[in-house]
Amino acid sequence: MSDRPAVEGHSSPLYAIILGFIFPLSLGALLSDWRYSFTYEIQWLNFADWLVAGSLVGGGLALAWTLVANTVRGRWRHRPSSLAALLLVIFFVIQFINALTHSKDAYATMPAGLILSIIATLLALAAAWLGLRSSTKGVAQ
Amino acid sequence: MTFRVLPLLLAGASMAACGSDPSPDQYGPNPQLPEIQRGLFPSMKISKPTGWGDDKPMVPAGFKVDAIATDLKIPRQTLLLPNGDILVAEGKAKAAPPLRPKDFIGGIIKKQGVTSVKGGDRLTILRDSDGDGIYEARGVFADRLNAPYGLAFVNGAIYVANQDSVVRFAYQDGQTAASGPPVKITDLPSVINHHWTKAMTASADGRFLFVGIGSNSNITERGMMAEQDRAVVWQIDTQTGMQKVYASGLRNPSALATQPFTGTIWAAVNERDELGPNLVPDYITSVRPGAFYGWPYAYWGRNADPRVRPQKPEKVAATVRPDYSIGSHRAPLGLAFSVPALGAPFADGVFVGEHGSWNRNGVVGYRVSFVPFRGGRPAGNPIDFLSGFLKDGKARGRPVGVTVDPRGAVIVADDLSNTVWRVTRTATPPAAPPAR
Repeated sequence: MSDRPAVEGHSSPLYAIILGFIFPLSLGALLSDWRYSFTYEIQWLNFADWLVAGSLVGGGLALAWTLVANTVRGRWRHRPSSLAALLLVIFFVIQFINALTHSKDAYATMPAGLILSIIATLLALAAAWLGLRSSTKGVAQ
Repeated sequence: MTFRVLPLLLAGASMAACGSDPSPDQYGPNPQLPEIQRGLFPSMKISKPTGWGDDKPMVPAGFKVDAIATDLKIPRQTLLLPNGDILVAEGKAKAAPPLRPKDFIGGIIKKQGVTSVKGGDRLTILRDSDGDGIYEARGVFADRLNAPYGLAFVNGAIYVANQDSVVRFAYQDGQTAASGPPVKITDLPSVINHHWTKAMTASADGRFLFVGIGSNSNITERGMMAEQDRAVVWQIDTQTGMQKVYASGLRNPSALATQPFTGTIWAAVNERDELGPNLVPDYITSVRPGAFYGWPYAYWGRNADPRVRPQKPEKVAATVRPDYSIGSHRAPLGLAFSVPALGAPFADGVFVGEHGSWNRNGVVGYRVSFVPFRGGRPAGNPIDFLSGFLKDGKARGRPVGVTVDPRGAVIVADDLSNTVWRVTRTATPPAAPPAR
């Protein structure tokens, strides 16, 4: 143990990968929604629909990991802050509503889909940022 | 995917609690059209299948119903041949490939409301040699077809509308099996084939076939490129196979019939979903040559559908109103004109096979209704002709094609219980109706 490099406070690469889903996928959905909203090219909406769904899969896994790390005591190398966990919860709820909105047909998705994608992208950015920041909360032991 | 199944289940539970949708009178030429309404969850109410047991559908007084063929492979439409034999088109097209997350979920849910039998892709022939109403002989007239649906007998030949083509079988009176593979008359639009059924009828003189080609989406969610040659009725020359668009903007013209005496082509049309429990009314209409009936830009006349972009105000303005609303989400898949031999009050009018709803909490349809006519036009509200398909919230059958035997019988294909029903009079009809 003693010859291990000092990684205390750094997140696991796997956690970073999982948490890394939400921002690019949400941003992709946002850009696709934006294109659809004025070109009416339906393929953009198909892309957005899947990207929202994908961000929910990544977001769900990241949320589960974060909640476990925040509630289960133990030797966590990295424990995301409760604020990060809270942001992830809000992101998940908003993006879930966004997924339902995107399941409507054609322009029935607009403008709510675009607005929700903007909010979800900002939340994803903040949640991922905070989630990956070094935190001193979990390193004592 | 569970993240989307769960809310649907929750929605289903909450729906059960709120009871049925209001059901305003939506019959006739001027149905009440409520405001568009669509929550976060689409209404999906599927009636799970169950068997008939020893039970049968209900018929009006003075009629009886018998199952003349069971254990078929998804019977859809039937055709009466000159010698009284009945041809049954059996089959089912492969579902259009899922495009969006929604398609996976919706596909799984809708599958619960249909038979698990594999489509036969064939024509079964039924014969009652001694006229006692029992169809004792049964055989396969032709197989290896491609989801056959529309049927027509003209010019001494049998025409079959597969999901991708119209073909012709030569026919000799009394023949029980095709003498060879059919001749192709023309290809039909079949890319994606979201609405795959190809309903068919023939002009009174036998010169033309009319084929209904449904849209490739609910409301353009596969893009307008996918809607080339869709949501139209084609007129096809039986001799040359040349075709032209006879009428357009008919979302899914899933049943066609030729009116006796006038020769007018009538269509039963399935209108769009996800605008609320009482939008958009399904309808029957005489098909005016060259007319545009609205899909996708407008519904029931000049009511623009806000989901379609780019919008086309000129198309909305050009939209023709259909003749007669049968109510929203009923899914009419059968249409047949009556004959005087069926007696009053069923002597003059059309029978409509209502397959039944999914996009509505209060289930509607699941019956064969009768719309009375006077002077060649609908006159009065639909009445039940064959009902009792639902029992305790479960579906025992789902009516599709309806065929009238001029000797005084109504033949109904049921694609859930895989049965063909035949309704006949138990007594001689009362006095003949007054001449029109």
